Amino acid sequence: MPKYSPGSVIVLVGTLKGAFILSSDANRRQWKIDGPHFPGEAVYAVAHDQRGGRSRTFVGVNSNHWGSTIRLSDDFGSTWTGPERQAVRFPEASGLSLAQVWQITPGLPEEQDVIWCGVEPAALFKSEDAGESWAPVPGLLNHEHRSQWMPGGGGLCLHTIVLDPKNARRMAVAISTAGFYRTDDGGTTWHPRNTGVRAVYLPNRYPEFGQCVHKVAHHPSQPERLFLQNHWGLYRSDDWGDTWVDIANGVPSDFGFAMHMHPHDPDTVYIVPIKSDEFRVVPDAKLRVYRTRNAGASWEPLIDGLPQQDAYETILRDALTADSHDPAGVYFGTRSGKLFASANGGDRWTEIAAALPSICCVKAAVVGPH
Amino acid sequence: MSIAVVVPNALTPYTRGAGTLRVDAPCATVADALSAVAARWPALTDRVLTEQGELRRHVNVFVGDESIRFLDGLDTPVLDGATIMIVPAVSGG
Repeated sequence: MPKYSPGSVIVLVGTLKGAFILSSDANRRQWKIDGPHFPGEAVYAVAHDQRGGRSRTFVGVNSNHWGSTIRLSDDFGSTWTGPERQAVRFPEASGLSLAQVWQITPGLPEEQDVIWCGVEPAALFKSEDAGESWAPVPGLLNHEHRSQWMPGGGGLCLHTIVLDPKNARRMAVAISTAGFYRTDDGGTTWHPRNTGVRAVYLPNRYPEFGQCVHKVAHHPSQPERLFLQNHWGLYRSDDWGDTWVDIANGVPSDFGFAMHMHPHDPDTVYIVPIKSDEFRVVPDAKLRVYRTRNAGASWEPLIDGLPQQDAYETILRDALTADSHDPAGVYFGTRSGKLFASANGGDRWTEIAAALPSICCVKAAVVGPH
Repeated sequence: MSIAVVVPNALTPYTRGAGTLRVDAPCATVADALSAVAARWPALTDRVLTEQGELRRHVNVFVGDESIRFLDGLDTPVLDGATIMIVPAVSGG
């Protein structure tokens, strides 16, 4: 008997002390909480892959003592499989050791067994067997800029992976603190694409690379148009990152971490502004998600159901997501362990978990046919 | 030569439940002993050493009562009959 019926929604939540799986039917009114999985271990990356008839959950777990690895489940977390050996490993010649798994991204639909993984220290790993084994992408591992990349507060992490559904040889990554890098030749060469993005912490505010990009989003139907939340700065590119323009139009702060694309509308993006890099909480003690429906020309606060006084919340870069239902469900988690959900694209919010451990990442999936 | 390697409970899933491992191969240092352990229990040593062969930051290894951090690290000599103990460090939050 399958654990969840087709059409139900699962929300994968990674926290500093384990992973949780919340589930609901398609109405998304009543939620069950399953977990913790891997109690006591930090989970900065979760993913669910339903390509090729698979239903595989990925969790990047980091033990403070025993290191990082990726665990897999084909039954929504009822059982977890190895690998016993730590499969995401740097080659000895690199001199690097895995510190944390930051991102797990299933590949394009036509590459059903490809999974990408971003890690700290900044590197991109690829699996061609649905996550059983992994190898680093040499063009990025051996990049000539590597010695000049600087770790941010979260370490030197590759946290964002952007694929191009129209061109399998093109993809991009974001690294804190190195910026946005794109390949057009299937990963052999990578070039910084940060023109127009500020680096307020450097003497040269518009360097070729060195920006602290926090998150990049785009819609598969319009892959050349990207949205970028920077460490100060909110941007859009209409040319796959060649150039960026400021779109911080009417937001209370252009500092922030989280950014997520609407699943069905390429003009709609969600962010959660943060007051500043020194005081990393929402501005004015009001928890507000901001939404643009016109690709950044203007932004509107979404506050219905969210605390509007004495709220000192922080939302991390991967803690905002959406499901693929219509109307879309939108979800975000806070560092204080609250998880909020909206079943109508952000118009109204409900707290669906009040006291989880500190939330690092949130991803959602609509369960497909078994 | 015989050395005992004591494994913390958290890592016994990688030793089929064994809490003490016997190393009968010749070894001059802690690194040699862990290398002998790795030959049979690679998943165990993955969790003690990084892929560069360094002791993980929050893992302590003792030879007798002495932490190898205050001796010669993984190059600390071991004698016949020694006990090597792997212990998770006090850390976390």
